[in-house]
Amino acid sequence: MEAAITFSEVSIAINAVTLLDRLTLTLGPGQPTVVIGPNGSGKTTLLRAAMGLIAPDHGRIAGVPAHRAIMFQHPVMLRRSVTANLDYALKAAGMARAGRAARRDELLALVGLGDRGDRPARRLSGGERQRLALARALARDPAVLFLDEPTASLDPAATKAFEDLIRTIAARHIKVVMATHDLGEARRLAGDVVLLHRGRLIEAGPAPAFFDAPRTDDARRFLAGELLL
Amino acid sequence: MAEDASALHLLLTADPALLAIVRLSLAVSLSAVACATLLGVPLGALIALTHFPGRGAVIVTVNAMMGLPPVMVGLALYLALSRSGPLGSWGLLFTPAAMVAAQTVLVLPIIAALTRQTVEDLWLEYRDELAAMQVGVMGRVGTLIWDARFSLVTAVLAGFGRAAAEVGAVIIVGGNIDGFTRVMTTAIALETSKGSLPLAVGLGVILLAIVIAVNALAWIVRRAGERVSG
Repeated sequence: MEAAITFSEVSIAINAVTLLDRLTLTLGPGQPTVVIGPNGSGKTTLLRAAMGLIAPDHGRIAGVPAHRAIMFQHPVMLRRSVTANLDYALKAAGMARAGRAARRDELLALVGLGDRGDRPARRLSGGERQRLALARALARDPAVLFLDEPTASLDPAATKAFEDLIRTIAARHIKVVMATHDLGEARRLAGDVVLLHRGRLIEAGPAPAFFDAPRTDDARRFLAGELLL
Repeated sequence: MAEDASALHLLLTADPALLAIVRLSLAVSLSAVACATLLGVPLGALIALTHFPGRGAVIVTVNAMMGLPPVMVGLALYLALSRSGPLGSWGLLFTPAAMVAAQTVLVLPIIAALTRQTVEDLWLEYRDELAAMQVGVMGRVGTLIWDARFSLVTAVLAGFGRAAAEVGAVIIVGGNIDGFTRVMTTAIALETSKGSLPLAVGLGVILLAIVIAVNALAWIVRRAGERVSG
C-alpha cells in the first residue's frame, strides 16, 4: 500500500447503537497498524468499514486500495477440502485457472498447510483454520490486509506461529491492519497503534511512543490494565 | 397380471406386467423429481438470497403449497389438458407425460421451500466471507447450492416420497390405463376396490421397499460425501 487510508468524521450506528463516533484517523503505509481497545470499542466495525462491508452513516473513508482482504475473527470454512477452499478464493479473486494450482501450492506452503490439502477444511484444528483463512485472504493479492483478532482463540504456540506469518506478510510490503485486545501482541507486532473506546479515537501514533509515553489519561489507564468504562 | 397371484410370486417370476408397472412408477416419479429439482432448487435459492416486495407472502405461499391436495392438482391439470382446456391441443391427457407434470407440480413446492430454508441458513453463515471475496449473486447461488448439496438431498428425498406415494393426481390425469399409465399406487387403489387385497398389499410392500432403498442409497451417498467434504 502506497497511500494512506483516511477516515474523516466517520460515524456508524446499527439499530440505534453507535459503533463509530465521528472517527477521524489516518492509517499510513508501512509497518502493521494494531487497533486496540476493550470489547465494543469499535475495532471490528473499523475494519469492516475500511473493507467496504459497512457503509458509514456519516463521513468518508478514502484511500482504501482496490486490492484488499479481510480475515474475520471466526472465519467460516466452505464445506470443501483445504485446496478447494483456496481454489475458490483464487477464482473469486479473478485468477486464471492456469495459474491457480501453482499459486495455491505457494500459499499453502507459506501458511504451513502444504500437507493438509486434501483434508476437509472444517476438520482442521483452530490454528490450522486461521492459517487457511489467512491464505484465502492472501489469495486476493491484497495491498492491505485487515485481520480481526486472528489469534483470539489460539494457544500460545499457534499464536506465535501466526504472528510469525504476520511479520512475513508485512515484510512483503502488504499493509496489515489488525485488531486485537491483547496488549502483548500489540507490543510485539505494531508499528503504529490506534486505541479506540466506545467508537471514538482515544489515541493513535507510533507504537514505541504510545507504549512508552501515552498522551491521554484513557491510554495510560488502558495500558495500566485498568478498565475503561 | 394374474389376479389370483401374489405380488411376491409375480415379482419372483419377473411378471412382465408387474415389472412394467414398477418401471413406469419409477420413471414417472423420478422424472417428476428431476424436473422439480431443476426448477425448485434454483427457485428456492433465489428466494433465499434476494429481497423484493412481497417476499414474505411468496415464502408463505410456497410453504403452504407443500400441502397441496393431489386431487386438486390432478383436477386443475385435467381441466387444463382436457380437449376443451387451454392446453388441450397438446394431447397429453391420459399419458405418462401428464402424470409427470402433475407430480412435478406436487413436488416443486416441497423442494423449493426446503431449499430456501437450507440455503438461507447457510447464507447467514457464509455471508461475510462471500461478501469479503466479492462473490456476485449468481456465484453465491451456485456456491450455496453446492455446499448445501448434502442437505438438499433430504429435500429431494422428501419430494420423491411425495411423488412415489401420491395417487390422487396421477389417477385423474393418467386414467390408470392398463399397460400405459398404470403405476403402483393406482394399481393398489384398483386392486383394493376389486377386493384383491393380497395383491394390493404386495404391491404396497414393493412400493415401500423401493422408497426405503432410495432413501438408504441417498443416506449412504450423503454420509460418504460429508466424510470427504466435511
